Parts: sequence; C-alpha cells; structure tokens
Amino acid sequence: MKNTYDVIVIGSGPGGLAAAIAARENGAEDVLIIERDVELGGILLQCIHNGFGLELFDQDMPGPAYAQHFIEKARDLNIQTLMDTMVLDITPDRKIYAINKDRGYIFLEARSIVLSMGCRERTRAQILLPGSRPAGVYTAGTAQRFVNVEGHMPGERFVILGSGDIGMIMARRLTIEGAKVERVLEIMPYLTGLTRNYVQCLLDYGITLQKQRTVNRIIGRDRVEAIEAVSVDERWNPIPGSKEIIPCDTLLLSVGLIPENELSKKAGVLLDPVTNGPFVDDHFMTNVPGIFAAGNVVHVYDLVDWVTEAGYAAGKGAAQYALAERLVKGPQIDLTPGENIRYVVPHRLDKDHLAEEEIRLQMRAITPIEERVLVTVEDQNGEVIAKKAEAYARPGEILSLVLKPQQYDAVQKAASLTVNVRKR
Amino acid sequence: MNDLYDIIVIGAGIVGSLVARFLSKYKLNILLIEKEVDIGMGTSSANSAALHAGYDAVPGSNKAITNVKAVEMWPQLSKELGIQYDRCGDYVVAVNDEDMLVLEELLARGKQNGVPGLEIIDGDEMRRREPLIRPDVVGALWAPTGGLGDPFGATIAAAENAVMNGVTLKLNTAFEDFIMEDSRIVGVRTNQGDFHCRWVVNAAGLYADEVMHKADVRPDFKIRPRRGEYLILDKADFQLTRPTLLFPTPSDKGKGILVASTLHGNVIVGPNANYVESKENKDVTNEGVQEVWTGGNKLVPSIIRKHIIAQFAGLRATGNAPAPNPEINYNQDFIIEIPKEVQGLVNLGGIESPGFTSAPAIAVKVIELLEDAGETLEEKPDWNPLRVPRPVFRHLNREEQADLIAQDPAYGRIVCRCETVTEGEILAEIHAPIPALTYDAIKRRTWLGTGRCQGGFDMPRVVQILSSELGVPPEAVTKKGEGSELLFRQTKRVEKDHLSVEDLL
Repeated sequence: MKNTYDVIVIGSGPGGLAAAIAARENGAEDVLIIERDVELGGILLQCIHNGFGLELFDQDMPGPAYAQHFIEKARDLNIQTLMDTMVLDITPDRKIYAINKDRGYIFLEARSIVLSMGCRERTRAQILLPGSRPAGVYTAGTAQRFVNVEGHMPGERFVILGSGDIGMIMARRLTIEGAKVERVLEIMPYLTGLTRNYVQCLLDYGITLQKQRTVNRIIGRDRVEAIEAVSVDERWNPIPGSKEIIPCDTLLLSVGLIPENELSKKAGVLLDPVTNGPFVDDHFMTNVPGIFAAGNVVHVYDLVDWVTEAGYAAGKGAAQYALAERLVKGPQIDLTPGENIRYVVPHRLDKDHLAEEEIRLQMRAITPIEERVLVTVEDQNGEVIAKKAEAYARPGEILSLVLKPQQYDAVQKAASLTVNVRKR
Repeated sequence: MNDLYDIIVIGAGIVGSLVARFLSKYKLNILLIEKEVDIGMGTSSANSAALHAGYDAVPGSNKAITNVKAVEMWPQLSKELGIQYDRCGDYVVAVNDEDMLVLEELLARGKQNGVPGLEIIDGDEMRRREPLIRPDVVGALWAPTGGLGDPFGATIAAAENAVMNGVTLKLNTAFEDFIMEDSRIVGVRTNQGDFHCRWVVNAAGLYADEVMHKADVRPDFKIRPRRGEYLILDKADFQLTRPTLLFPTPSDKGKGILVASTLHGNVIVGPNANYVESKENKDVTNEGVQEVWTGGNKLVPSIIRKHIIAQFAGLRATGNAPAPNPEINYNQDFIIEIPKEVQGLVNLGGIESPGFTSAPAIAVKVIELLEDAGETLEEKPDWNPLRVPRPVFRHLNREEQADLIAQDPAYGRIVCRCETVTEGEILAEIHAPIPALTYDAIKRRTWLGTGRCQGGFDMPRVVQILSSELGVPPEAVTKKGEGSELLFRQTKRVEKDHLSVEDLL
C-alpha cells in the first residue's frame, strides 16, 4: 500500500463517501477513505428507517440503501479504503497518523484532506442532568445501535428527553419492538427535530410529547427505576407543583449533536463556537489550506441529502486543490448571521466562484416563526441581494437559500453579506 | 481448615487494599472481603484525587500524623505499585486580608505538622505561576509536597499486589456480623457464609460505624455521609497552565471547592460538602452544580460551562471521633486503634479526607498495632513488592505504540475514541489478576467512557468484548454488578421450539 494520496477522506458516512466520489470525478487519481468501523456508511448503517434520498433522488430509502448507492459508486471509481482504522493525529501540513490491527502504526501524506468525522451526541453531563448514575441512561444513537445493529433492547419502559430526530425515530422503533415509550419530554417550547418525524414517529404511534418539560432527577441505584419530570418556564426555571414521578427503566437522551472536531483541532483548524464546526468557505475549505470539511463535522444537518451535497462540494474542492495546489482565485467575502439567524454555512464566499455555479447557503433560525417568512441575503447597506419565501422558520429545520450566477454582480460589489429571516 | 484466616480485612477501598498489601509481606493467611462487585467502588471511587501535603489537618491528630507520614511514602509506593503520581505542589489562594491571616495560620499549622517547603507567595508571584488565577489574588500558600494521585489506580494496584502475594479477595461478600467467643472475635458472618479468623481489620469506609457497632465498640461513633459533587472539564478545551491544585482558603466545611489538574488530563472542579441521610446517595443536584461552579469560577474565572463533560458525586465517611490526644480539641479524627472492648479487632473509622493520602500510613499503623498487641509478624522470603503496570496506549510515544501493536494487534484497535483506549487494554483488564468484570470496572481501570462522549461510542463495543471474553450473553453484562444490566433481551427473539416453520406457514 502506498503512503501518499491526492485526497484522503476521514470517515465514510454520507459526507465522506460523497467527498471521495467527487474527488475522483474531478480528477484526483489516488483517493483513500479511512474508516474506524468495519463497514463503509457511517451512522447511516444503523438508520434503518426510511426518509433518505427524497431531496437528491426523489426516492424514499432507508439509511443502509442510501449508503449502498454511494458505496457501489466508490467501488466503481476504485476509491481505496482503510477499514477498522482510527486516525490519531493530523498535522497542518497534511500528514496523517493512524492505527489498525493489521498494519499497526500507519503514516500517510495527502495533497488534500477532507474531514468527515460526523458528529457525536450530547450526553447527560452536558445538560447537567441531576440524580443518581445507574445503568439505563443512553443517548438515543447508542440505543439505536444496540437495537438496529446489535439486536438488543436496552430497556422495556422508556422516557425520552429531547425532541431531536433520533429520539423521535427511536420512540417509534422501540414501540415497534414491543417496548413502552411513556413520554417524550422537550425543554424548549417548540420541537427541535423535523415536523415530519413528530407526525410519523410520535403522533402515528400515540406517543405523548410534552413541551417545556424536562427531567428533574434520575432515580435508581443500579438501574433506572423512574425519572422525575418537571415543567419549566422560558428561562428553564422549574414550575412549582409540576413534578411527576414517571416509573421507567430507561432514559434516552436526544438533546443535540456536536460536530466531532478533535482531529480538526490537532490539524490547526479553527472552529466556529456557534456551530462547533470549522469555519469554511464555499468550497468547504477550512482555514488550513488543503484541509476541507464536509457534512455534520461542519454543522449538524437535518437531512442526509444536504450532507451528500456538501460532501460533493468539499470533494471537488479537495481534488482541485490537490491537482493545482491553489483554489481560491479571487477575493473572499464574509457571510454573517443577521436577524433571527444563529449561523450561516459557509462562513465566507469566494466571490468569483458564483460565476461558475450556484452556491447553497444553509442557516438555522434562533426562534420559531410560525407564519410566512422571508429569508434574505443583504449587503452592508441592507440591499437585498437574494431572497426566498418559506411557510415558516423553525430552529429544528435548516433554512436554505441558493445564490445564483445572476447575483454575481451584486455579490462582487458588496463588502459584506448578512442573512436574515423575518416575518413577511 | 480452608476458611480459617489469620486476618480478615473488611472493605477493599484504598485503605483496605493497602492494609492487605502491606500485611501480605508477612506469613499470614489473609482474606479481603468486599460487598460490591469490584474493589474501590465506595469513597475511593469519587474524590478529588488529591494527595494532600498535610498543612490543614489539626496538629497532633491522626489525620495530621498519617497524612504527613504518607506523603513521604507515596513516591516509593507509587514506583513499587506502578501507580501514577505527580508531586506538582498545590496552592491555597487568598483574595483578601482575612484570607491572608488564614494562610499564616495554615503555614504555622503545616510547620507544626512537619510539612516541608511551605511558603507564602504574593499575588504577583501567584499570577506569574498561574496566569489563569483570578486577577485580584493577594497571595497564596505554596505547598511543594502536594500532588495529584490516582485513587482508582492506587486501589487496584494495591489489591492486585496483595493478591499476587497470596491474599484471597472475595467480591460480592458483605459483612453481616462478627462471630464472637466471649469477647474475642473469631470470625465474620457474611452473605457468602462464615469465615473464621484471629483478627479482623475494619476498613468498611462509610459503613465502618455499623461494623464496629456489631462488636459493641464505640456505640457513639457515627458516620454522617457528606456528599461532594464534582464537575470534569474537557481536556481538549481547558487546562491549567501547568499541573497543580488550587484551593480556596478552608472553611468549617472542609478544604473548599478546588480547581485542579488530574492525572487523566482533565481539570476537576469541586467538591461541595453537604450532609446526606443515605450512604448510597450519590445524586448530583442542580443546586450542587451551581455551588461547585460558583466556587470554581471564584478561583479561575475563565472556566466555561460548555467545557463540562462529566459530573459525579462521592461520599466522605465523616465521623465524630475525638482525636486520641485529649488535649486536642478536635472531633472529626480518624480512628486507628485496637479497641479494648473486644479482642481481635483493628478498628479504622471516619476515614474521610485526607484518607486517600493517608492510606499507606494507616496501613503501616495497622501493622504496628498488631505487633504491639503481641502478634509476631514474620516476613515472607518471597514477598514481591513490585507490581508492573499494564501498558496505557495513550501514554506511549509513537514508536512505543507501534511496538505494542506489533506485539499484540489488539492494541491496534481503538474502542474509546475520546480517551484513545484500545481493545488490548480492555482485554488485559478482563484477564488481570483481579479481573474487571463490569463496564464500570473497565472504565475505572482504562479510563474509557470518561471523555466527551461519555461512553456513547464505546459502550456497545465493550458489551460485545465482555460478553465474548466472559462467555455470557450480552444481556448478562452489567454496568456495576447484578441489577445494573445494560441490555434486557434480544429484539424479535423467537423462543426455541416455540414456533416451527410449519406453524408460521
């Protein structure tokens, strides 16, 4: 096996697979994917529910089928893989140190790297959940792996904290497996996952969602015996008299995802404190030249289709960088969150890139607006450069707006760009 | 007779394990019993991991004497047992004139206790040594012999070395009563049957009062569990400038909420100190988090809540025993004695902070007490004081890591991504002299699952490994013993013989 590659992709989830494929399709000869698990596909392999591919393929696929589509494509393109292998270190000059059982210590070099390590789940400690520390407190994704991959039930009687997508999907999955889901609790006054998951996973199965309600205490010495639920006000202060003990044996947490960037930091990649992912430009290149990032490692997406799309963009950029050692041709402009916008990805644009192709901007709203809204991109004078109407804006659902080549002139003239979402 | 022991030690925490280890030097048949599924699950499992210099214990008390003596023992002991130890020194930080007076008091007390190297430094010097300290610090007491320890590692190493030297360890064995002949203890009754012996060492930690009461010793002695809550910060996000421990000035509630490095690389903040009713109440609370966070922020303002990756609580075995010297007005001392009321008991009690630090000196004191009581202790010619630690992958450099994987490919597979723990390390612990049989046992030994994902990634993999190594189904794998099973059943399980293909058609 060789040691130098045009493009090395770290992680084989949807972002990594798409990046590797795009790198090959854009001229990179030697493309390698490093995957820590024994199969390609990342977290898609445990997502056996449907709902994947609606945006990109107009098809409704389960996760493994969606992954398989790209795995086969990668194979056809002779993309190389290093499986069951953990990357321990990446340097800013794109050296990679990894280990596995067969080859031991592995040293590799790449002309460009795509980081696609995905994200991890927030845990009990990160939300400072009080009470005892028994067995039976799991993140929803860990429970999903136990049920869908390992074939074991992590409990029989569940309370789920958080209305994130994995939590709602697991509520349905566990119900199908014969378990009882007593309640889904959400501390926010609104849903944090997709509306369609609320309908298909909770409403259709008669599972109760309680908003502005959270876990006040975990009870049980060895195994969870109950949780104490409590209602909270807007500032998360408990409301007196609202406590209720809910007997259960398992508490699942679906309280948010955090991009997994420990390796990125080692490589000198700067992170946005809002997204917890790298600052990226419209080619998904980070501040470190030749190091790109794609998918949930950048920010947490709600649909895999957009992860794939971002992976393609990053892989194309990585190939161009690997072949030319140069990518940004002209001046760059910052994109900043404006009214009711928490963050925008990408963080900056290559102004000239817009002449060649469309650029998708993705945003999250800060607070929900349950009526028709207008998403706008404005220059420093408040001039609207691009806009898009939406039926509503919800923090649980990414807002998306595509800058088109016809907006090239306006972007060229602008000194800065902000994105806003307002009532119409 | 198989169950006739010279000495039975009740409780395999740091104290009981070190007592067993030091006693294993002699020609004695020793039994160490532990009520839990693993050693070191009580107070030894959740504390500040600090090795105290000994300046704040009341002069002349058992706490002061054992603390200062033990500080001298730890360097050699840690080498013999392969325990991590960093004598990095610690600071008590003063922010006003009143605090400065406390520092003077601590300095005087420390000198009286025989603590070497104590020095009061001014605010500028403190800020120079730790720029992250709150800017208005006016001075600090510097104790060069304070340090960082590993209470889990130390307990495991001590018990393991004891077992290597012939001590019998029985887990899941709970003391119920003494077997007495007149006023002489001749054995213990446990949930696993009776064991006879000539001596019992009470090292039952939080339950030491209940144990001694069974022998009608010190009926007035009572342990009131005092809970301390802690927060752990992500090591990638926050570090002190160099490893150290930063204490506020102490109060009547103890040494106060510290901000300290740990040998595992994370910064720890805590503990508060609140009495709780139950000896099993290790709950973390909203109020506690607030209290600990406020305390930590007072010392180091730049810590931010987003960096918290774990929270836990531990209990201190706070007693009410007066210091043995009646001239000392102190009523929270360690009990280290052979009581007169019965024969055959070495009684230890109220071993709260600085119990971890003091433990080796307590163990040595137990030996002295036995000798004073006329026990002739004859050294074993083949006693091996050395216990070689098993490889810790993340502590090795690249060449050493490569060599280790070449020797055993299991070290080439990472099971815990956050803490870089390999399958090789897990297998080594499952097959160690004291096998790690639960998820938490592996966690305490390898530090897996303690990082920012808190086991989300490794747990399914560890369950698989434990299941296959122990030859049990995954449903039998527990977090911390019976009743804490992680999985309940297989999905879509069809009972054998329940359905045949014909039935389905």
